[in-house]
Amino acid sequence: MNPAEHMESVYLGVVLAPLAGSIVAGLFGRVIGRAGAHWVTILAVGISTVLSLIAWKHIVWDGNDPYNGTVYTWLAAGDLNLQVGFLIDRLSVTMMVTVSFVSWMIHIYTIGYMHDDPGYQRFFSYISLFTFAMLMLVMANNFVQLFFGWEGVGLLSYLLIGFWFKRESAIFASLKAFLVNRVGDFGFVIGIAAVLMYFHSLDYDTVFGLAPTMADVKIQVLAGTDWSLMSFICICLFIGAMGKSAQFPLHVWLPDSMEGPTPISALIHAATMVTAGIFMVARMSPLFELSDTALSMILVIGAITAFFMGLIGLVQNDIKRVVAYSTLSQLGYMAVALGASAYAAAIFHLVTHAFFKALLFLAAGSVIIALHHEQDMRKMGGLYRYMPITWATALVGSLALIGFPGTAGFYSKDAIIEAVHTSHLWGSGFAYAAVLSCVVITALYTFRLFFLTFHGKERMDRHTWEHLQESPAVVTVPLTVLAIPSLIAGMFLVGPMLFEGYFREAIYVAPAHDVLGEMGAHYHGVFGFTLHAFQSAPVVYLAFAGVALAWLMYIKYPQVPGQVAERFSLLYRILLNKYGMDDFNQAVFAGGTRRIGQAFWQLGDVRVIDGVLVDGTAAAVRWFSGVVRTVQSGYLYDYAFAMIIGLLLMLALFVHQLF
Amino acid sequence: MIWAPLAPEIALLSAACLLLIIDTLSRDEKRRLTYWLGLAALILSAVLVLAFSPLEPVVLLHGHYVSDPMSAVLKEAICVITIAVFFYAYDYFEEHGLLQGEFFVLSLFAVLGMMVMVSAHSLLTVYLGLELLSLSLYALVAMHRDSPTASEAAIKYFVLGALASGMLLYGMSMLYGVTGTLELPAVSAVIAQEAGRNLILVFGLVFVIVGIAFKLGAVPFHMWVPDVYEGSPTAVTLFISSAPKIAAFAMAIRLLVDGMAPLVSDWQGMLIILSLLSMAAGNVIAISQTNIKRMLAYSTIAHVGFLLLGILSGTRTGYAGSMFYVLVYALMSIGAFGMVILLGRHRFEADRLDDFQGLSRRSPWFAFIMLILMFSMAGAPPLIGFWAKWFVIKEVIAAGYVWLAVLAVTFSVIGAYYYLRIVKLMYFDEPTHLTALKASQEMRFILSLNGLAVLLLGFMPGLLMAVCVQAMRM
Repeated sequence: MNPAEHMESVYLGVVLAPLAGSIVAGLFGRVIGRAGAHWVTILAVGISTVLSLIAWKHIVWDGNDPYNGTVYTWLAAGDLNLQVGFLIDRLSVTMMVTVSFVSWMIHIYTIGYMHDDPGYQRFFSYISLFTFAMLMLVMANNFVQLFFGWEGVGLLSYLLIGFWFKRESAIFASLKAFLVNRVGDFGFVIGIAAVLMYFHSLDYDTVFGLAPTMADVKIQVLAGTDWSLMSFICICLFIGAMGKSAQFPLHVWLPDSMEGPTPISALIHAATMVTAGIFMVARMSPLFELSDTALSMILVIGAITAFFMGLIGLVQNDIKRVVAYSTLSQLGYMAVALGASAYAAAIFHLVTHAFFKALLFLAAGSVIIALHHEQDMRKMGGLYRYMPITWATALVGSLALIGFPGTAGFYSKDAIIEAVHTSHLWGSGFAYAAVLSCVVITALYTFRLFFLTFHGKERMDRHTWEHLQESPAVVTVPLTVLAIPSLIAGMFLVGPMLFEGYFREAIYVAPAHDVLGEMGAHYHGVFGFTLHAFQSAPVVYLAFAGVALAWLMYIKYPQVPGQVAERFSLLYRILLNKYGMDDFNQAVFAGGTRRIGQAFWQLGDVRVIDGVLVDGTAAAVRWFSGVVRTVQSGYLYDYAFAMIIGLLLMLALFVHQLF
Repeated sequence: MIWAPLAPEIALLSAACLLLIIDTLSRDEKRRLTYWLGLAALILSAVLVLAFSPLEPVVLLHGHYVSDPMSAVLKEAICVITIAVFFYAYDYFEEHGLLQGEFFVLSLFAVLGMMVMVSAHSLLTVYLGLELLSLSLYALVAMHRDSPTASEAAIKYFVLGALASGMLLYGMSMLYGVTGTLELPAVSAVIAQEAGRNLILVFGLVFVIVGIAFKLGAVPFHMWVPDVYEGSPTAVTLFISSAPKIAAFAMAIRLLVDGMAPLVSDWQGMLIILSLLSMAAGNVIAISQTNIKRMLAYSTIAHVGFLLLGILSGTRTGYAGSMFYVLVYALMSIGAFGMVILLGRHRFEADRLDDFQGLSRRSPWFAFIMLILMFSMAGAPPLIGFWAKWFVIKEVIAAGYVWLAVLAVTFSVIGAYYYLRIVKLMYFDEPTHLTALKASQEMRFILSLNGLAVLLLGFMPGLLMAVCVQAMRM
C-alpha cells in the first residue's frame, strides 16, 4: 500500500470511528449497558483523535502535500455531484485535531456529569454522532458534504438541547435553536445554489480556481439592480454562518441552548459547532477575498456581536448564561478577524477559545454538580476552599479568556485587535473601537463570575453547604488536561500560525488585505510580541482595569452593583431584557408566523386542500373505482371483450395514423 | 464447442425430466429431495450461465437462438430470482400442507421457457418459449385443485392467455407473410428496405404488441392480473409476478428492437398509450383494494407502465433503464409477496391489508423489511426503487417526452399513497393479535437478505446500472 492510500484509510477512520461508536451505543445501548456505551464511544473518539494527530503530523510536521480526493460517489446529475470526498490540508487538520480532542475530553467528562441520567446511552450515542457530523463538515471537499455536516450538527444540537425532553424550557430552547438556524441555513442554501448556478460545480477546487474570473460578474437579483455575484454569494454564505456561529441578530438561540446538559454546552455551544461558521468562512477565503462588501459586513456584524453580547453578560446571574454570552462575544471577535482578512487569527482564536471555553464550561459544570444542579451565582461563593482543582482550572480559563499576558487567549485576542487596527476596510474603525472596549467588559464579567462563584461569602443553603466536595476524577482530569493548552498553547502557536505561513495555500488572502503580513513585518518572536503588548497597545491595561473593577465591585464593596443597577435602571433593564430582541422575535416573527399560518390553514388547508383537493380526489377515486369495478366484473367474457376493444382501438389509431 | 452456450438450457431440461421421474418414485411426504434437487438444478444452470456468458453475440441452431450479454444477465437474474422463490414457496407449501413435487418440476419448465424467450432469435423461438412458460404457469395456478378460486383463476388465465397467444401468432404470421423470414434481424432488415408504409406490417405490429402487453399485464390487457394474483396460492403468485416479467421484457426487446426497429415511430406511440393507461389505472385502482395480493397486482400493472417508459424512449440507454427497472421490480416483488407468505399460517392466508396491522409490535425487524420494500416500490430515495424510476424518467425526458415524464411522476405520487398506507398500518395501528411469526430460518434469512439488498443496492445503483448498460451495448 503506498503512503497516499495509507493516509486515505486514516482519514476514513477519523470519521467512521465516531459513527460506528454512535451506532453501537445508540442501537445496542441496552445490550452493552451503561459502561459499555461509554467505553465504546470513548474508544471510538479516542481513535479518531489519534488518527487526527497522525494526519496532522503527516500534513504539517512532515510537510506533505494536501490530500484532495473522492472516496464515494452516490449520484451525479448534470452539474450536481453528490459525493463524499476529503480535502485534508493544514486548515482541516487543525480543525480535526481540535474537534476530536475536545470531544474526547468531553466524552470522558460526561461519565461523571451524566452519571445518574436514565438517557445515558442515548447521550453518548448523540455526542459521538455529533463528532462524526462535525468532522464530516471540516473534512469536506465539496459544498454538499459541507452542507450535510452543517445540517448534521444542527440536528444533533437540536436533539441535545432538548435532551431532557420532559422539561418545557428545554423543548422551547431546542425548537428555538432549530428555527433560528433555519433562517441562517436558508441564506446558506441560496449561497450554495448560486455557486452551483454560476460555477457549474460544487467542488471546492473547481470553484476556488474559477473564482477570480468571476470577480467582476454582475447579476440582477431584482430586475434593474446590478449586484456583484461574489458579494451576493459571500453574503448568503455568511448568513448561514450567522445562524450557526450565533452572530447578531441570529444569536438569540445560543443563550437558551444552555438548557441542554453542561457537556453539550461545552462541546457544541462553545468549542465546536458554533465555530463551524467561522471555519466555513476561512475555508471559503478565496471567495470572500473577492468581495470587500461582504468582508465589511462581517466586520461590522462581528463587532456588534462582540460588544453588545458582552454587555449582556454583565447582568446575568445564571453561571452558564454568563459563559454563554461570553461565547457570543468571543465569536464576535472571530468574525471581526475574518472581516479583517486575518483568517489565520480567527482560526487561532477558534482553537484557543475551544480549549479555554470548554474548560470554563466544564468548570461551571463541576460547580453545578457540587451544588446539586444550582446554577444561580447569587447562591454560590467561597468555593475555592472546597474545590481547589476546579478553582485553579477556572482561574486559568478566566485568565485566558480575558487575555492575560502569556495565556493562550492573550495571543489570539491581541492578534485580532491588532489586525483590525491595521485593516483599511470600511467599518474597521468602528470594529476596532468595539473590540477594544469589549476587553474591559470581558474582564469585568469573567471575574464577576469568578469572584461570585469562588470567593466572597458562602451564600448557598445549609444542606448544600454540608455536602460540598471536589468533583470526581472523571471531571477533574479533563479540566486539568484542558487547562494545559489554555495556558501554553498560545505561546507555541502564535508565531507559526499567524506569521510564519502555517496555513500556506489552505487560506488565501488578497495582497491588498494582508493585515497579518503587515503585522508579521514587526514580529520578532513570542517575547517581543508579549512585550509589545505592554509597551504600546492599551489592551493589557484595559484587561487589568476590568479585573480591578470586578474585584472592587464584587469583593471589596459588594453593595455597589445594586446601587449601579438602580442608578442606571433603564440601561440595566434594557440589558436584562437582552435589548428586547427575544420579545420582539416572539411577538413579530413567532406570533406573526403563527397568525399567517392560521390564515393559510383556514383558507388554504381547510377549504382548498381538504375541501376541494383531498375530499374531491377521494370522491373522484371512489367514482373511478366504481366504474372500473363494473368492468372488472370477474366474468371472462368481459375481460376478453376489453382485450378485443383495446386491440380494435389500437388498430384504428395506428393503421389510420390518428395518433 | 458449438453447443456450449446452450449448456444452461440443456442442463435445466435434463434436470427437469430427471426430477419428474424422481418425484414420482419418491415417497417422502415433505418432498425434500425434489426441493433440494430443484434448487441444485437452478444453481447449476446459474453457474453455467455465468461460465458461458459471451462477450459477443453467438447465433446458434440455424439462426433461431442467440446468446448475447443481455441474455446472460437476464437468465442469471431469472435463475437467482427463482432460487429465492423456491425458498419462499417451500415454506409456504409446507405450512399450508400443499406440498407437491409438481410445483418444482413445473417451475423448472417455466424457467426453461423463460430462458428460451430470452435467447430467442426468431419469431418461432419466441413463441415456443412463451408457450412453454405459459402452459407451466396455467398448471401452477391450478395446482391447488380443491380451491374454487384457484381453479377459476386458472381457467381465466388459460382462456385469456390462449386468446393473447392467438393474437400474437396472428401478428407473427403477418410479419412472416410480408418479410418471408422468421429470423428477427432478417425481419428487421427487410422492413428497413420497405419503401413507404406497409399497412400489413402495422397490422402485424399491433397484434404482436397485444401479445407482449398481455404477458406484461399492461392496460387494457391486464384484466387477468388481479384475478390470477388473488386466486393463485401465494407462492405461485410470487413466482408469476417476478421472473416471467423479466422474460416478458426480453420478449419485448427481442420482438420490437431486434425484429422491428425500423417501425420504432409506430410502436413508440402504442407503448406510450399502454404505459400511460397502465400507470394511471394501476395506481388509482390499487388505492381502493383491501386485499394485498390484489393491491400488489395493480401495483405490478403500474410498474409495467414505468417499465415501458424506458423501452419507448427507443435508445440503448433507455432499454438499459428498463432492464434495470425490471430487475429491481422482480427483487421488490418477491420481497413483498414473501412478506405475505411470512405472515400466513396454516389455513390462513395473510392476504388482507388488515393482517399487516401493528406488525411493528409483532416483529420489528420484518416490519422494517416491509417498510424498505414499500418505500422502494413507492420510489423514495435512497432505495433502489427510486433509482429505477429515476433512470427511466431520465430517458423519457432525453427522448423529448417531458409531458410523459411529468405524468409519470404525478402517478407515482398517487401510488405512494397505498404503499405508505401499509407502513401506516404496520407502525401506527394496533395489532389484532400478537402471535409470533412462524417461518423457517432459511425463509427469514432469505427475506432479510432480500430487503437489505433493496436498501444497500440503493447506495450503489451504479453497479447494477453498469451491468445493464453493458448488456444493452449492442
